[in-house]
Amino acid sequence: MMKRDECFRILARHIGKEAVVATYSSAVDWVEIAPRTLNYLSIGAMGLDSSHGLGLALGRPDKRVIVLQGDGSLLMNLGSLVTIAAVAPKNLIHLVAQNDTYEANGSQPIPNPKVDFAGIARSSGYAACYDFSDLKNFEQQIGHVLEQQGPVFATLHVEPSKKLKYDYPGMYDPKKREAFKAQWRS
Amino acid sequence: MAAAETGARELHGAGIISAIKASGVEYVLAVPDIVTSSGLLAPIAHDKDLRLIRVCKEDECIGIASGLFYADKRALILIQYTGFLDSINAIRGIAVEYKQPICMMIGLLGHEPDLAPRASPRYGVRIIEPICDDMGIAHHLISLDSDVGKIPPAIENAYRTSEPVALLIGRRPKSADRQGSDDEEG
Repeated sequence: MMKRDECFRILARHIGKEAVVATYSSAVDWVEIAPRTLNYLSIGAMGLDSSHGLGLALGRPDKRVIVLQGDGSLLMNLGSLVTIAAVAPKNLIHLVAQNDTYEANGSQPIPNPKVDFAGIARSSGYAACYDFSDLKNFEQQIGHVLEQQGPVFATLHVEPSKKLKYDYPGMYDPKKREAFKAQWRS
Repeated sequence: MAAAETGARELHGAGIISAIKASGVEYVLAVPDIVTSSGLLAPIAHDKDLRLIRVCKEDECIGIASGLFYADKRALILIQYTGFLDSINAIRGIAVEYKQPICMMIGLLGHEPDLAPRASPRYGVRIIEPICDDMGIAHHLISLDSDVGKIPPAIENAYRTSEPVALLIGRRPKSADRQGSDDEEG
């Protein structure tokens, strides 16, 4: 089993001009590791991370979009896997940190931790799907995963993390949305 | 004699589609709605000037439209009022609190076209305009061909002011190859 922040530290080494959609616990970890203007944190409603990512990918097919979603979020918008696979944006990478809990809402368990997200993504029609539960393997493979033609999906099997501090006013600061917009349009 | 000359109370899909295009809309994000299915969604699916994204659930549209907005791409969301109600939290967060130009075209299933929606005997229809008012969402009723001219300035205003708008389709639009009907089917 991996730790989410360790995965994100490895991922951050591969990130350049991509938009990174990150929310809730994933956003807390990601922003601490990689604070940057092209972090997209304001999704308005839990579960819509993947749909925002699709819109971003469609709007700028010349740029890559990486979605860092939690398992609780994806469960609220499972249909988005079918929609994304049908639209098939080549520039979308969809990573789901599966820790089997709604971590941002009191670490209550998800309804069924046996859910196979990568399997659902595969049967929905994603171009490439992966499962990672070993950090060394993730470190060796992530560069290759990011180079694949999308839509690409990967489940990161991670432990529930240490208690996090959620700075929602900071994450949802309208100035961050404006700065993102200016850089994403350039 | 043309319908306009006879003063027929009709609504034609072709006119609405022309108005959508005149508004600079590139993407139509849709869940099928029996009110607009044959008169709007079916011809849009074959229209080379519009890109149709079929989604699984209406709130996905709100996230996708938001992502497109960051790249300055215009989108119209084509849904039924039931889907609007189902998406209220996403609309609250993204359209209203983030002040984004989320443009929604909403079929009023079961609406009696010659009544004001607020006077509808159907509860679900009756509450749509008051909900929009409470949320501060501009809304326009499109029931006749003479209402279609409201569409381009409404969408233009949404993007100019960065605010959402709801275009309420109060009568089943007629398609070019098939007569529409106000009979309820779905």
